[in-house]
Amino acid sequence: MAEPTASGETLVNVSDLKMHFPIYKGLFRRKVGDVKAVDGLSFDIRRGETLGLVGESGCGKSTTGRAVLRLYDPTHGTVSFEGTDVAHLSLEELRKIRPRMQMIFQDPQACLNPRMTVGAIIAEPLIEHESMSKEEREDRVVDLLNAVGLNPAYINRYPHEFSGGQRQRIGIARALALDPDFIVCDEPIAALDVSIQAQVVNLLEDLQKERGLTYLFISHDLSMVRHIADRVAVMYLGKIMELAPRETLFSDPQHPYTKALLSAVPVADPKIEATRERTILKGDVPSPSNPPAGCVFCTRCPIAEKKCFTVAPEWRELNPDQFVACHLA
Amino acid sequence: MLTYTIRRLLLAIPTLLFISFVIFAVIKLSPSDPTANLPLTIPPEVREKIRESLGFNEPFIVQFFLWLKQLVVTEPKVWMNNAFGTEFEIGQRMISYQTRSPVLDLIVQRIPQTLWVVGTSYVVGVLIAVPIGIISAYKQYSVFDQIGTFIAMIGFSVPTFFTGVLMILFFSVNLGWFPSIYDTTHVVEDWSSFLFQVKQMIMPTMVLALFNAAQISRYMRSSMLDNLTQDYVRTARAKGLTEKTVVLVHVLRNSMIPVVTVIALNLPSVFGGALITEQVFQVNGLGQLLILAIQGGDVPTVQTVTVIFAVLIVLFNLIADVLYGVLDPRIRYD
Repeated sequence: MAEPTASGETLVNVSDLKMHFPIYKGLFRRKVGDVKAVDGLSFDIRRGETLGLVGESGCGKSTTGRAVLRLYDPTHGTVSFEGTDVAHLSLEELRKIRPRMQMIFQDPQACLNPRMTVGAIIAEPLIEHESMSKEEREDRVVDLLNAVGLNPAYINRYPHEFSGGQRQRIGIARALALDPDFIVCDEPIAALDVSIQAQVVNLLEDLQKERGLTYLFISHDLSMVRHIADRVAVMYLGKIMELAPRETLFSDPQHPYTKALLSAVPVADPKIEATRERTILKGDVPSPSNPPAGCVFCTRCPIAEKKCFTVAPEWRELNPDQFVACHLA
Repeated sequence: MLTYTIRRLLLAIPTLLFISFVIFAVIKLSPSDPTANLPLTIPPEVREKIRESLGFNEPFIVQFFLWLKQLVVTEPKVWMNNAFGTEFEIGQRMISYQTRSPVLDLIVQRIPQTLWVVGTSYVVGVLIAVPIGIISAYKQYSVFDQIGTFIAMIGFSVPTFFTGVLMILFFSVNLGWFPSIYDTTHVVEDWSSFLFQVKQMIMPTMVLALFNAAQISRYMRSSMLDNLTQDYVRTARAKGLTEKTVVLVHVLRNSMIPVVTVIALNLPSVFGGALITEQVFQVNGLGQLLILAIQGGDVPTVQTVTVIFAVLIVLFNLIADVLYGVLDPRIRYD
């Protein structure tokens, strides 16, 4: 397990981040509503830590990751990266700060331009942002390929000539090219075989130790998050339900949604597995274009009370460092 | 790639033989008489002799192979004699029923006009279509996109014989800007005659260009839209590249793969489309030659021009496939 390396200093501060996508309908394509993919998130990411972001499909994890990097223009809120508000920078200033924050994508095939060689893909940001001679650049690309465990002889090959795990390594090398401080890992292992997942996660951990990287690690794999994250945020329908240090979250979850999620993780011991108690949630996730009033989880919550259906719960620090959005926690 | 190309070229030979046989059969099955357009005063015995001398009464298969022999043996010999001064024995050349001159000579005379008008229109069409497609996709559902879609729909659905006549009515009859008929005998020798050449080319070129641009701009737009939402575009943005580089280098290069092949595939069909436009503007190119030959029951000319179209289609299919392999590193033919 990764030792907590966080220094406590805040690197990224997200405050009341909202990302709404408009819905246009009808003859004149009038705006009829919004998909509230991300609806009011506030959290800190500390320098050197790994913040895990978990939740089921469609809850807004990837949107959060993209909005934090300003790959989407957020509807509301601020994302401050070392005090600079990334959400409202001009495009030119944003381009200058891009090298410091990078992303690793879920689909290692789709995220690499199929018409560029591996060398060109990794070298491109260097051409754009740094004045290096051709030889320096080539050395750097070779170093990066070595750093992610790829044979530098493959430098002139195209992405389609690699396996999924190798492609993800290319994606990581590309993200590392400009020596970033902060990397959003958007389900970097979801598209990989289980045997390859461990390799990639170990690589990410090693790189974090060597280079002092800060990760926002988006995943729906709770056991993987438990392995890699220092703190974990649980998302549901565009909102964070609970944010706590890893140990606290897994041993003493406060939010009923977190409890339900954790109860779904299988245990690799048949005796315990047979007696494991599961909280099975009823119903479906409501549509993010029309979330329930009050607490977004109220429609499926096993312990919901009258108040939950009308009043949105406050985001409060229940125990030191453990934040929960629930009336009843 | 070379092996593949050679293999495809070899495969093209039986394909083309079969196509020309089918075309020949279709023409022969249609009731047509090479003497039908001759004056009525010619007595039937003489007509019969004319048919005899044209080889019209030979069995079908014999006629087909005679035509084939003339196309692939006699005519190349003539060409060699003219080009290199060799002195091959030349038998009977392929003669047009209508004009009594060799068919291949007719075709060679007509090709420059067709290439000028049709070729220019295609280049103009592509030059209009590609930027329209890019902007339409980048600003999807904007006013520009809506107008572009509307014009593309018009260009695609309104036939060239209609737009052509409409343009003649508007620009030649009412405004008197451009001549309504393309003068093939016009020689460009100075500035003013060059201007006249440009003027007389504008209308036929634009009519064809509108038609071509309509189609290609739609392909360009949808191909751009496919690529704009891809993850690698997000990667490019995350790299901190300028928006211009993202769109014009990353997205455009990938979007051009299908569009370039569509452009190559459509090229021969442009000759077919030019058939009607050439007639409207009286450009005496290949298309007009074919139409007149059909009207006159001129079997050798119709057969040869049609087979040339078939050759072009087979050839550009091959070019499109090879281009695909060149542009897309994921496709390898070996």
